[in-house]
Amino acid sequence: MDFSFPKEYQLFRRMVREFCESEVRPLARVIDREHRVPHETIKKAAELGLMGVPFPQKYGGMGGGEIGYCILAEELGRVCSSTATVIGAHIGIAAMAIYLDGTEAQKQKYLVPLAQGKAIGAFGLTEAQAGSDAAAIKTTAVRDGNHFVINGAKVFITNGDIADIIVVMAVTDPSLGAYGGITAFIVETDTPGFSIGSLENKMGIRGSSTAECVFQDVRVPKENVLGQFGAGFLTFMKSLDIGRASLGAACLGGAQAALESAMQWARAREQFGVPVATKQSVYFMIADMAVEIEALRSLIYRTAWMIDTGQPHIMEAAACKLFGSEVAHRCINKALQIHGALGYSRDYEIERGWRDQRITEIYEGTNEIQRIVIASNLFRPYGLRIPT
Amino acid sequence: MDLRLSEEQVMFKKMFADFCTKEIRPKGEQIDQSEEPPLELLQKAVAQGFWAALVPEAMEGCGLDIYTYMLLLEELARADLSTALILSVHNSLVVKPLLDHGTEEQKERYLPALAFGEMLGAFALTEPGAGSDVTALTTTASRHDGHYLLNGTKIWVSNGALAGLLLTFARAEGGITAFLVERDTPGLKVGYREKTLGLRGVPCNTLYFDHAAIPAGNRLGAEGQGLKIALGALELSRLGIGALALGGAERALEEAVRFSIEHIQFGGPIALKQAIQNYIADAKARIEALRCLILHTAWLADTGQSFGQQASIVKLFGSRVAYEVSHKMLQVHGGYGYMKEYAIERYYRDCRSLEIIEGTSQIQQFLIARDLYRAEGLEIRP
Repeated sequence: MDFSFPKEYQLFRRMVREFCESEVRPLARVIDREHRVPHETIKKAAELGLMGVPFPQKYGGMGGGEIGYCILAEELGRVCSSTATVIGAHIGIAAMAIYLDGTEAQKQKYLVPLAQGKAIGAFGLTEAQAGSDAAAIKTTAVRDGNHFVINGAKVFITNGDIADIIVVMAVTDPSLGAYGGITAFIVETDTPGFSIGSLENKMGIRGSSTAECVFQDVRVPKENVLGQFGAGFLTFMKSLDIGRASLGAACLGGAQAALESAMQWARAREQFGVPVATKQSVYFMIADMAVEIEALRSLIYRTAWMIDTGQPHIMEAAACKLFGSEVAHRCINKALQIHGALGYSRDYEIERGWRDQRITEIYEGTNEIQRIVIASNLFRPYGLRIPT
Repeated sequence: MDLRLSEEQVMFKKMFADFCTKEIRPKGEQIDQSEEPPLELLQKAVAQGFWAALVPEAMEGCGLDIYTYMLLLEELARADLSTALILSVHNSLVVKPLLDHGTEEQKERYLPALAFGEMLGAFALTEPGAGSDVTALTTTASRHDGHYLLNGTKIWVSNGALAGLLLTFARAEGGITAFLVERDTPGLKVGYREKTLGLRGVPCNTLYFDHAAIPAGNRLGAEGQGLKIALGALELSRLGIGALALGGAERALEEAVRFSIEHIQFGGPIALKQAIQNYIADAKARIEALRCLILHTAWLADTGQSFGQQASIVKLFGSRVAYEVSHKMLQVHGGYGYMKEYAIERYYRDCRSLEIIEGTSQIQQFLIARDLYRAEGLEIRP
C-alpha cells in the first residue's frame, strides 16, 4: 500500500493550482455576476492542456487518467464551481463518452479537438419529463438514407449554448425501450436545425450556462452514431459512472475552500474578547469539517485509482458523488454559520460557495439516484433487482 | 387544557391567510428578484392592522395576544419571508418595547405613526465589533444641553433605509441605553445596503451617527436599562422568528407536495416513491413539533410567565427545522429546485437567514445552557 501521489501528479497539481489561483480565483466573483466563464480563461486552460487531462496523448490529451482529472476537478472546485462545471461537463461527460465508445475515426475527428480545447463539448440527455427517469426521453432519430434526422428538445444542458459538439441521446426504436431503443449521436452544433431555447436562471453555478437545446430536423451522418446502434443507454451510463468520481473531487475542493475560509475568519474575528476560533461551538465545527474532508479525499483518490487500474467502480463512483456533495453541503453550511451575518452577505465568497454547492446534490443524477445505483449494486449478487 | 384556537383566533387566522395569499404571495418572486422592499404591500397591510398588531385596542390597535400575533407572522412567512421579517422587526422590536417601556408622552407621540403606516420601525443594535457580543458595543451617547449626542456605527440594521423610527442602543454615562431616533435627525446617515443571500426585499443598512442630537425625552427607559430593553424585545422577536420558520417550512412543504404530485418520473408521480414520501413525512413531523413549541411558548407569554429560555429554544429549533425542511423540499424538486422560477429556490435562501439573525444558533445554545446551569448555581460565560 502506498498512498503517496507520484511526483508527476504532485507537479501537475502545483501547475493546476497556479493556474487556478492566478487565472480563475480573481475572476470567480465576476463569473458569478456576469453569468459566464470568459472565453480567455478556457483558452488559457486549453494552452496548459487542461481541457483533455484524462485522455491519452495520442488523442490530444495529457494522459493524466482519472487521478489527474480528479486533481483538476478538486483544484477548480476550490476556487470556482462555475468554471469547474464548464470544464467538468466538457471533459467528464462529453469528451469522455467519445473516448469510451467512439471509433478511432470519431476520436480523431472529435476527441482530439475537444481534448485540445479547440472545441467545447456538451452532453444532451435530460428532457423536460426525463430527468432521473432518463429512459423516458422522447427525442427521436429517424434513419433517412445515410443520415439520421433528430427531433426533440433537451433541457438543463450544461455548456449547451457554448458547445461546438454535443453528444445526444435519442430514441431510435421506441418498441425496444431503454436497452436497444436509445442511440447516442455526435452532433456538431452548427448543423442546421440545432438551436438554443431558453437559458435557466439558477441559484448558483451562474457562470455555467444551462441551456435548452432544440433539435428540429437536424441531419446527422450515420458515421456519427456513437457506440453501438441502440446501446446509447450504456454509453451514457458508462460516461456518468466515471464522471461521478470527478464530481466528488470538485466537492472536495469546495469543502476544502470552506474549511480554509472558516478557519481564516475564526482566527480573525474577535467576540467576547477572543477570536471566535477559541470557542468550542466553532472549533468543533471546524474539526468535523476536517474529518469529513479527509474521509472524502481518501474515497475520491481510491476510486480514481480503481478507475485507472480498470477495476469495477460503479458503486464507488456513485459514493464519491453522494458523499462528496453531502460533505460539501455540511462544510459550506458550517462555514457560513461561522461567518455569522457576513456569511449571508454577497460581499463574501462563502455566500457564493453556498449557492454553488447546492446543485452538487442534484445534478448528474440526484443523490436519490446515487442511492438507487449503490443499492442495486449491493443487492445484485443476491439476485434481487431493486426497482427505481 | 384546551389547545384549540378561540373563535376570534380562527377568524384572525383566516383574515391573515386571505390577505397574505391574495396580496403578498403573488409578489414574492418579484420582491426577491428586484431586491426592492414591497412598499405598496406594506401600505396595504396598514389597513389590515398589521402595523398595529400589538397596539392595544384602546389605542385603536389590533391588540392581538401573542399567539395570534404568531399566527400573523406564520401566515406572512408562508406568503413571503422578506415581508414577514420587515413587519416582525417593526412589531416585535420597536412597537413592543415602546409599549413596554415608553412614557405616556412617547407613546402618544410615536404609536399612532407606527401603528398607521407613517413610520416603520427599525432596531439598531449590532456593530462591526459587536455581533454576538452585544455588550461590546461602542456607539456613545453623551449628554449635551438637554440632548444626547450619538456617535458610532451600526450595521446590519433590518428596515434601516425604510424606517421612520430607529430604536438605537448606545453607551451613555449610566451604561447601555435605548433611544428613539427619528429618521431625519441631523447627523444620522443611512449608508451601505448589504447584498444578501436571501431576504432580498429587506433593506439591511449601515447607519452612521455623527453627533446626532437626540432629545433627552427620546430616551427609552432609564440610562443603563438599554440592554434589558434590548434583550426583552429579542425574547419576543426570537419567538417570532420561530413563527417565521414555521411559515417558511410550511410553504416549502406545500411546494414540494404539489411538485411531487405533478412531476412524473418512472411512469408515475414521484410522490409514489418512498424516499420522497419519507422526506415529506419528516418535514411534516418537524413542522408540527415546531407548531406545538410555538403554541406552548406563546401561551407562557400570554399568561405573563417568563419565556426567555423557551424563546431561545423556539429560535434554535425553529430555524433549524426551516433550514433542513427547505433543503429537503428543494431536493424533492430535483433540478427544478435550483431554478429561480420555482419558489423553493427563494425559500431555501430565505430560510437560511433564520439561523443567524437576531442571535445565531450558537448564541441561543449558550443562552439555553446558561439558564440550565444557572439553576444549579453555576455561571457560565459565552
